[in-house]
Amino acid sequence: MNPGIYLSLLIMCLTVYCIRMLPFLVFRKEITNVWLRSFLYYVPYVTLAVMTFPAIVTATDNIWSGVAALIVGLLAAWFKGDLFFVAISCCATVFLTGLFF
Amino acid sequence: MTETDKKTKENTEANISAGPHTLSWFARGLRDGIPICMGYFAVSFALGITARGIGMNALQAGLMSMGMVASAGEFAAIVLISSHAGVIEMISTCIVVNLRYFLMSCSLSQKLSPDLPFFHRFLLPYCITDEIFGLSSAVEGYLDPCYSYGMTIISVAGWTSGTVLGVLLGNIMPAFAVNALSVSLYGMFLAIIIPPSRKDRFIAGLVVISMTASGLFSLLPVLSTISGGFKVIILTLLIAGAAAFIHPIDEQKQ
Repeated sequence: MNPGIYLSLLIMCLTVYCIRMLPFLVFRKEITNVWLRSFLYYVPYVTLAVMTFPAIVTATDNIWSGVAALIVGLLAAWFKGDLFFVAISCCATVFLTGLFF
Repeated sequence: MTETDKKTKENTEANISAGPHTLSWFARGLRDGIPICMGYFAVSFALGITARGIGMNALQAGLMSMGMVASAGEFAAIVLISSHAGVIEMISTCIVVNLRYFLMSCSLSQKLSPDLPFFHRFLLPYCITDEIFGLSSAVEGYLDPCYSYGMTIISVAGWTSGTVLGVLLGNIMPAFAVNALSVSLYGMFLAIIIPPSRKDRFIAGLVVISMTASGLFSLLPVLSTISGGFKVIILTLLIAGAAAFIHPIDEQKQ
């Protein structure tokens, strides 16, 4: 059975919402299990690192501007750390290297 | 002072000055949402072009982006719609592609104060995207959901308008501009994970291992056929699971 586009969208939006909502209903108290707490504490670092590399390198048309953006991003984050600054530095790097390659 | 004491103290202070404190978190969210908005605009513009390709109109694509707020999830949704998939296939594909949000919600549920009004547990899930989750979990102590709401308002505006314009304008935006904007999101991820790595060598090691493993996954045969969403889930379970075993956080705080 195939529903129309609007009904399909509604079904999929609700599914995605439920995936995000259920953990908030299930874990209403602070978890006491040390392993689970540690695991959830480490999740963001691992997830974001996995999503950043190698995706940042292949995100642009030219692999070298991606590599340059990665290096500039790492340096900017290490020395300055400001979110907006790091993001803009990466964009500017891709833009500038794009002029030369 | 233990971590719990610190959290309780911060929370008490937050309650005393609830009004302006919450408002400033909201304002900070709007500010931090700007780079997210820019990155989203570039990605969702491409999404809009794809949606137009299978015959979706601007209203449908806009509703999809506003309702789902998920990049890979929406690409999957477009494929499902164009292939006239059935309800079961739609639901099961959505669950698999978006499963990493489940892990993120589990993690963020631990950043909420026990005194937080219950309705936030229905609003905050809408805000769980890779970027907003990353920033929300980077906050010291308990999370004030208004910070996430601020980021969400501005970034969903960018995400939805990007999708709609992608459908309407198609290929008008020059490639170099899309290119430059597309790394904005990764720059933000670096800004979230690198400063804590500077302070904590274990986290630094974790970041290096995660990136290396992720690189290997996209190079090695067999492993490179695994979809992006699944790769994130598998590596997160393995690496964060092992890290929690090797280096439990309470031990380190004492």
